[in-house]
Amino acid sequence: MNFGVVVFPGTWSDCDFHYVISEVLHQPVRYVWHRDANLAEFDCLVLPGGFSYGDYLRAGAVAGRSPVVEALPEFTARGGLVLGSCNGFQILCEARLLPGALMRNECLQYRCQSTHLLVENADTSFTRAMRPGQVLKMPISHGEGKYHADPDTLRQLRVKNQVVFRYCTEEGRVAKEANPNGSLDNIAGVINEEGTVLGLMPHPERAAEATVGGTDGTLIFNSILGTLVEDGSFLKR
Amino acid sequence: MTAGDPKVTLDLAQSHGLTAEEYDRIIRRLDREPTFTELGLFSALWSEHCAYKHSRVFLRALPTRAAHVLQGPGENAGIVDLGGDLALTFKIESHNHPSFIEPFQGAATGVGGILRDIFTMGARPIAVLDSLRFGDPADPRTRRLIEGVVSGIGWYGNCFGVPNLGGEVGFAPEYAGNPLVNAMAVGLVTKRGIFRARADGAGNPVFYVGAKTGRDGIHGATMASATFDETAEERRPTVQVGDPFTEKLLLEACLEAMATGAIVGIQDMGAAGLACACSEMPARSNMGMEIEASRVPQRETGMTPYEIMLSESQERMLLVAARGREEEVRLTFAKWELDAVEIGTVTDDGLLRVRFHGTVVAEVPVKALADEAPVYEKPTARPGWQDALEAFDPLARPASPDTSEALLALLASPGIASKEWVYRQYDQQVGINSLVLPGSDAGVLRIKGTRTGVAVTTDCNARFVYLDPRAGAAMAVAEAARNLSVSGARPLGLTDCLNFGSPERPEILWQFKEAVAGIIEACRALEIPVVGGNVSFYNETLGQAVLPTPVIGMAGILDEADARCTQWFAEEGDRVALLGPDAVSLGGSEWLWVRERTVAGRLAPLDLAVERAVHEACRAAIGARLLGSAHDCAEGGLAVALAESCVSGPRALGAEVELGSGGGCADLTLFGEGPSRVVVSVKADRARHFEQLMSEFRVPWRFIGRVGGDRLRIRAGDAGLVDLDLNRITSAWRGGFERYVS
Repeated sequence: MNFGVVVFPGTWSDCDFHYVISEVLHQPVRYVWHRDANLAEFDCLVLPGGFSYGDYLRAGAVAGRSPVVEALPEFTARGGLVLGSCNGFQILCEARLLPGALMRNECLQYRCQSTHLLVENADTSFTRAMRPGQVLKMPISHGEGKYHADPDTLRQLRVKNQVVFRYCTEEGRVAKEANPNGSLDNIAGVINEEGTVLGLMPHPERAAEATVGGTDGTLIFNSILGTLVEDGSFLKR
Repeated sequence: MTAGDPKVTLDLAQSHGLTAEEYDRIIRRLDREPTFTELGLFSALWSEHCAYKHSRVFLRALPTRAAHVLQGPGENAGIVDLGGDLALTFKIESHNHPSFIEPFQGAATGVGGILRDIFTMGARPIAVLDSLRFGDPADPRTRRLIEGVVSGIGWYGNCFGVPNLGGEVGFAPEYAGNPLVNAMAVGLVTKRGIFRARADGAGNPVFYVGAKTGRDGIHGATMASATFDETAEERRPTVQVGDPFTEKLLLEACLEAMATGAIVGIQDMGAAGLACACSEMPARSNMGMEIEASRVPQRETGMTPYEIMLSESQERMLLVAARGREEEVRLTFAKWELDAVEIGTVTDDGLLRVRFHGTVVAEVPVKALADEAPVYEKPTARPGWQDALEAFDPLARPASPDTSEALLALLASPGIASKEWVYRQYDQQVGINSLVLPGSDAGVLRIKGTRTGVAVTTDCNARFVYLDPRAGAAMAVAEAARNLSVSGARPLGLTDCLNFGSPERPEILWQFKEAVAGIIEACRALEIPVVGGNVSFYNETLGQAVLPTPVIGMAGILDEADARCTQWFAEEGDRVALLGPDAVSLGGSEWLWVRERTVAGRLAPLDLAVERAVHEACRAAIGARLLGSAHDCAEGGLAVALAESCVSGPRALGAEVELGSGGGCADLTLFGEGPSRVVVSVKADRARHFEQLMSEFRVPWRFIGRVGGDRLRIRAGDAGLVDLDLNRITSAWRGGFERYVS
């Protein structure tokens, strides 16, 4: 399984994803510079957290137009999987590879805290190691994580089961008090229609070891590994 | 000389903050009148901020050596050995003056500056901490300052990508016109990868790298060397504007360039910008430097060499490369889309020569700028107010009518209440090393690839320092070391940020002298070297000085990061014990402040031998995995420490505590403050082992209760002192700070 971790100017979760994939999951992984559009060697690409280009325009706006991101449709068409976390999610929305947009947190402040996520769809390449209705613990760290979509898009997301994670209480109740940023419908993560691109605001790489933040994040990686092995999709190329 | 430069006169020198004697000294040193640019250089390098004119004579006595110190004071940051090939670098610095004028940018650039100090050493920053002081939190202006400062610190660190691992927020009316914003940064470096701010090798090229130069921050160092009056806000243009994104690129580019082997030395352009870097680097190497100022990348037009040399634009570095390897430097910085321009060369004539379009506009010995600023030993005088402070007897005040309610009031006081409102705005986890997040006595990080951990803290109880500067400052060192020890870490070194009023007032300089003496006493007794620091004088507005606030930043090592400890109770049934002496005082206590808005009285005595024994006992008990929790007794005394042990963790746990019928005043027993005291909870089945260990270390200690239930009950013999439901404790402590700021 060949993982690539994309590095934009201003990315900072790149080292953390790299560490988890190589030292915790023991999978081959390489950094991918944002100008590099040759993705032939990879099975899964991670767009990590950070402040690409300082997020001085809109979060993810500049990175969403970079060569590596422009090469993603072809990459997924060949069976590749794309995971975007935090700034990566923002970039994928800006690039229109995922529906909706991420806006400034309702509290107008940055938030770094632990959150709980309800698994809404356990039937994706990124969540197959989870149970539907399972509650995961994963931290967030962002200033612009309030998910928004127009009513039509939201309806489509529901119909096609594209909402993958919602913020919930420790007991699994989707409630206002469990929503850290004012996201529409408590949405924390969505997937594209084809099931090849997942974006979420929380940080799975910060929940991949028992000593630092718990291990619920590894369920995402294990799902990806299972998918790639079982489908043999990485062999298709 | 540049056309249009004003004529250099004594008046002009004085308007630059130089005294008549200093100006005279410059003329004698140069054997001529300085040029306008040279006057600018001297005024910046000889400012209090850069030259430590009033403090140097006292700081000389600080203990700075130990076998594990790889770099003491005098560089961008100090370095201590972590064992193997690894070392830890850390430093604290103030950004008080800019933060008062423009809270968001002032605080943000404070973080930016201290991060650059860390990565110029070759280190990757792994943590920042912030120690903040404000005026009355009920004042709307204070609220605006807190919001600005906290969001500025958060913005810079979050965007840059470094976790915030702790700090403090304190309040006193004396800070209303002069808030304190101290930022500490910590970095990890390999011993082979350490870089220093040196300009070695005549003929080597001098590179300017990073952001472009503008007119921002000109005379920032001079501003930080004067007190404020009503016109403080007019100085907003002297505050720099931060760009954490460029700083992140600068970090990656510098570390990559260092790895090529093409870099000889590197220095951050902080206070006094190019002027400082171009004189300090060659001065350290007994060399000179020649630069062409017009080659400096500029973002404004028509800048004069004077402005270019004195600008404090952020996110810039000066580096010396090896001749012949210029292309490697250029390519690395080009990859990160940063300017890297060769602006000059290292020379062997000992002079800083600044040209502007070929014409020499300054030519002065680098040592005259960097090393020959006057050193003053100004008069000190014990302030007249000390006698009245010491004569005050808090025990003569009426007792609390209801000690449970008194405890709730203390827990809700903004100085004690949870600071989650602050640190939830800071990324605490990037780097995935954070084992103990903000909210315990110290932050703890793992060092990947080893079993080792690093603990960090900042501490200072300024009320204590005000009442007794020598003992109070020693207590700040002791408390920082205690906070590391209760987390399981052995202190390796400290960095101090000494925030005081104007040193030209004998009373203030007395506070400073006494405080430094206290730090020295504590460092010697606890064997903790000072590896760097910063002095911030002139924290005065309209004659009102801040409380003397020597903030102590400290870093320590855990040989086994797995054996770390946190401050909250862990298990029902664990035995609660109190370590340390019984002597406490309500003098300078939070109790006295909350009740009477008074800071007065005498402090409990500090016995540094007992302090040290308590630290060693804590670390041994934690290392042997006997403890469920350990928490320093600080502001609010034993009762607050117990309440925090109950409710500050992931789940609230009550306790039954029996203090024995010693008689005496309940307020003193519960809320009296004193050094060397720690509340621990001992795992139920390890009590015997714990007893043995305590007798080995000869520390005063006793069991005082048991963890369990959903109430905190504290009794003394027959008298019930506290009986509170955990929900009430939680709501007072968790909500106390936010009630003021939102």
